Formats: sequence, C-alpha cells, structure tokens
Amino acid sequence: MRSFDIRLDTTFGALADPTRRAILAQLALGEATVMDIARPFAMSQPAVSRHLKVLEGAGLIVRRIEGTKRPCRLVPGALDAVDDWLRQLRAGLEANYDRLDALLAAPRPN
Amino acid sequence: MAKLDITTEGDTHVVVTRHFAAAPEAVYRAHLEPALIQQWMLGPDGWSMPVCISDPRPGGRLRYEWASEDGKGFFLTGEFVELTPFERIVHVERMHLPDPTPDNHIVTTFAAHGTGTLMTMRMTLPDAETRTMMLATGMEHGMEAGYVRLEALI
Repeated sequence: MRSFDIRLDTTFGALADPTRRAILAQLALGEATVMDIARPFAMSQPAVSRHLKVLEGAGLIVRRIEGTKRPCRLVPGALDAVDDWLRQLRAGLEANYDRLDALLAAPRPN
Repeated sequence: MAKLDITTEGDTHVVVTRHFAAAPEAVYRAHLEPALIQQWMLGPDGWSMPVCISDPRPGGRLRYEWASEDGKGFFLTGEFVELTPFERIVHVERMHLPDPTPDNHIVTTFAAHGTGTLMTMRMTLPDAETRTMMLATGMEHGMEAGYVRLEALI
C-alpha cells in the first residue's frame, strides 16, 4: 500500500504541470521525438527534455534510441493507478450526494 | 439529472454541479447545519463525522472531523466569508492531513431549477499544482474526478 502511495505521489507530481499534461496529450496520439514535442510549445528542447525526464521518472513514458533520436511514447496502463484512485474519490462524492438526496427526501423533523 | 458533473476551468478552478430534487432552501440548510451535514458529508462507506462545527456568518468558523471504522482520521477547517440565505455560500477551507493544504476558496450557489435545485460549487486554488494535488488527495469530503486523466489525455 505504501509503495502504491509513493507511486501515486510521483504520478500526480508529474501530472501537476500543464506543459507535462499537454505533452502526454500529444503522446496519446502516438510516438514523438523531442523536436516534435517542442514545436507547439515555444519552448527550448532542453526545457522539454527536463519535462520528459520527469514523465519518464514517473513511469508515464518510455524512450527508445533510434540513431540520434530518442522517440517517446506513453506507457500503456501507466495512469491506471490514477484512474482507480480518482474513481474511488468520485465514488465518495457521489455517495455524499446520494445520501443528501435521501436526507432531503425524508420528512423534515421540524 | 442527478448526475455529478466535475470540470476544471483555467488553471486554478474546479467546478462541481449537481441537481437535487429538493428546494434551494433545503439544500442550502443541508450544507450549513451540523446535524444535517453529519448525515451526508461522509465520503466513502465506513467513514463518519464525529465533530462538525459550523458557524455560518461572515468570519464564522467551520470544522469537520472525519473518522474511519479502522481508526484513521483527518479534519478540515475554514471560515465563512459571505452568506446569502438559500442562494449562496462563500467560504475558505483547508484540509489537515495533518499538514494544512493551501486554502481553497469556494463559492457555492443554489438556484431553483424546475421543482428542484441546481447546486454549483466553484473552487479557486492558489495555483495549478495545488489544484492537481487537491484532486489527487481527495480534498474535501472525498470528492474529485476522473477528469484529470481526461485533461491529461484529450
């Protein structure tokens, strides 16, 4: 459980940046090189590489070597832990409001 | 109709909407009166709220303490900023896990909608990172959504 928590912390830390989320969104369309990724961001390649390193460290992407290029792609299932966690949280909120529905439907005590 | 809707706005907002079959006055009161709050704002099964302090006036305090069947617990503190009876609640809150999270500034409105109420809760966090971490840690009463993934991948 503890290692699951640590893994989630790393994943959420990686997701806590809008540029990194945008990079993931781009990679959801398929493999891309640093140059491909840097293009829409008006950002230097070293800056993009730093974000990629965070995503790689969080296990969200992997990179392979192809000549001088290092194309990146999403790791299938990498966000499953996030999904499970968020599903659980959403279920908690839904449970709250379902209980509130029942409370509101009950006859008023006063 | 009763479906919970959770979306993000810009970098720092989270907007939650939910329809209720009851009138705005009843939904408003259920968000402010401890005896009512303690019956529903409990998150996942197995949790209760043994302590609920709510002093709904500008500057008034709120404090919710949750406890789980297996002995875990955490609490939330906050202050009311502004109240318009049966229409609008403005308050600030933070979770203690046990370290306090950054302040979440929340405007909750209750609008008559058909014979029921449309509740809209608009949260403002200090920055994008806080918002993500808040969604990740479950924030207030175990809320949040699968939309983070949506945002990440779409």
